[in-house]
Amino acid sequence: MEYKTKRILKKITRRNEPYIFLVLLALCLLIEVRSGQFFSSNNLVDIASALIVPGLFAIGAFLVIISGGIDVSFPALASLSVYATTKYLLDINYEGGVWLAILMALAIGALLGAFNGLFIGYFKLPALIVTLGSSSVFKGIMQGALNSRQLTIIPQGMRDWGTSALFTAKNPVSGLTSRMPVAFIAFLIVLFFVSFMMRYTMFGRSIYAIGGSESSSHRAGFNVIRTKFIMYIMVGMIASLAGVIRVCMMQQAHPTNMLGMEMNIIAGVVLGGTAITGGRGTLLGCMLGTLLIVIVENSLILLGVPTSFKSVFTGALIIIGTGVSAYQVIRMNRTRRMKTRARRVA
Amino acid sequence: MMNAQANTMRPLHRFEQLYRRDRHVWRLLFMIIVWMIFMAITRFSKFYSLLNFQTMAAQFPEFGLMSLGVMLCMITGGIDLSVVGIANLTSILMAYLLINLTDAAGNIPGFTIPLVFLLAVGLGTAFGVFNGILVSKFHIPPILATMGSGELFTGICLALTNGNAVSKFSRTYSRTINNRIFDLIPVQLVIFVVMAVLIWFLLSKTVFGTKLYMLGTNETVARFSGLKNDRLLIKTYMLSGICAALGGMIMLANYNSARADYGTVYTLQCVLIVVLGGVNPIGGKGKISGVVLAIVLLRMLETGLNRFPTISSYYISLIWGGVLILVMVLNYFSEHGGKPHRKVKQSA
Repeated sequence: MEYKTKRILKKITRRNEPYIFLVLLALCLLIEVRSGQFFSSNNLVDIASALIVPGLFAIGAFLVIISGGIDVSFPALASLSVYATTKYLLDINYEGGVWLAILMALAIGALLGAFNGLFIGYFKLPALIVTLGSSSVFKGIMQGALNSRQLTIIPQGMRDWGTSALFTAKNPVSGLTSRMPVAFIAFLIVLFFVSFMMRYTMFGRSIYAIGGSESSSHRAGFNVIRTKFIMYIMVGMIASLAGVIRVCMMQQAHPTNMLGMEMNIIAGVVLGGTAITGGRGTLLGCMLGTLLIVIVENSLILLGVPTSFKSVFTGALIIIGTGVSAYQVIRMNRTRRMKTRARRVA
Repeated sequence: MMNAQANTMRPLHRFEQLYRRDRHVWRLLFMIIVWMIFMAITRFSKFYSLLNFQTMAAQFPEFGLMSLGVMLCMITGGIDLSVVGIANLTSILMAYLLINLTDAAGNIPGFTIPLVFLLAVGLGTAFGVFNGILVSKFHIPPILATMGSGELFTGICLALTNGNAVSKFSRTYSRTINNRIFDLIPVQLVIFVVMAVLIWFLLSKTVFGTKLYMLGTNETVARFSGLKNDRLLIKTYMLSGICAALGGMIMLANYNSARADYGTVYTLQCVLIVVLGGVNPIGGKGKISGVVLAIVLLRMLETGLNRFPTISSYYISLIWGGVLILVMVLNYFSEHGGKPHRKVKQSA
């Protein structure tokens, strides 16, 4: 019995999710104790709605990191596709529903994702360099060719979708209300779809396999090139969806305010236990890590910490979080080495 | 110098070898020449003036120095994304020091500028060692460790300044750095050249450089060959920190103020420059000459494009990204299309 619990405990301590969950819980409790405002219904709804866009980006970044690459182009990709969509719909005086905007953004996102996938998959170029280059290209197209500027008016359909609420939470103490946007459902659908894909489909498993070792997965019969290509298309589409949701929620299209998000998103994904070298990690951990970053960004003010300290906390979080998981890997390798040595002696 | 040497020995063959060894360098040189000819045809008088070249030479050292640091890290197979954070933190701290030293009349004592630079180098060393320890002792992947520390440094900057610019220190500092030696060479350029020569010397003339390339080529082999990997990595990140801190000091002079969000685009721009300069992101390959040429090319492209008022300056990022991907694809074809050739050993 004792042995069994020990084993389970060992298994749990080796995973990253429990740690991050405990940190998250501790932070929430700390904020609750300090302010008494954290577990109020409207704050929770606020955090949930703040999670939508980073959460979607994180799902995309998660896929890429699992496959052994890294993507820094998704904010530029999302900005370009959503800006092009909004601009076009405004120009034709479109007055229908939001579905056309979403479909258009998804199509552009798929195209731009294919651009990444082409160079990373078919030409086997390092993902960091390609996405650096492509983010610069996307930015150039948006700001140069499309001559982007802030669009304060967005098509009616998008505006309606952004303001429509699933339900509204009201804080009985402060009287503040928060809307839960309909877009949260889109986020849940993508989350469910990707987690199903990663666990139960051959495609998802091949992403893990490629991240583990590209040459062995190739020898095992996975089509590495095609998998990567399709994956980058998917990532482009997910990022574009996040872009549309952001524009709808903000009620205006600002071309540059998504840029610069990439580092925090990647940090969240890695904090959740996804190995930066690829092949290991769960979507649950990725979401917990992203949630941690979102809470740090949104709720420090409730702790009485000035917002100017935000980056100090995120930076420290990244260093400590990745340090802990790096240390775990070292420890695991050490025990493994000791075990093999013991076996050899025996 | 190398050309002359090549011509004395079977010219064509030698030249081909020379081209192969420094393919990146020649390609960059070619691009620079093409761009210069293009500028000569279209905007001769506006581009080819002494003042224009002096301005360019004063502008590129700030991100040029940071790129040199990133290059060193990339040769070991790592990366440094914290250069801008280090630069800003150093410049903000030094700006505070300068404010304290400025007297009522707006003057600073004579020893100030050397002192400030010495302290900046010291700070850069400390920040770099911090990065190096994270990477070597704690085995955090460099991209994450430096991303995190960069965020941390930027965070400290924000916390110190509340996001405001720190200025109101004596103008003497900025004036001294913006001076031109013999009315010709900008001081910024001198600082850059000194650093570049130092790094060139370290990389190609000392054991340290050879070890660095070995470490970047294969970490395990390097360890089994008796290299002290941890110490080497700490030294590398320390050098990168020093470069970044000096870059920050030049930014402080160029803007005459310091702020937490100055130069945020430089992070990715440095990586772009280094890769364009022919440094292999996996490590073990790369030369300083390529990186310096890439820095010069970027500055010339940007300045040249500014001479065309009708073209939005935002096109520079399009061109820049396009050039990067194009170069990578060209490498792909020259490596996979032609005969497979052996890895050429690094030499000066």
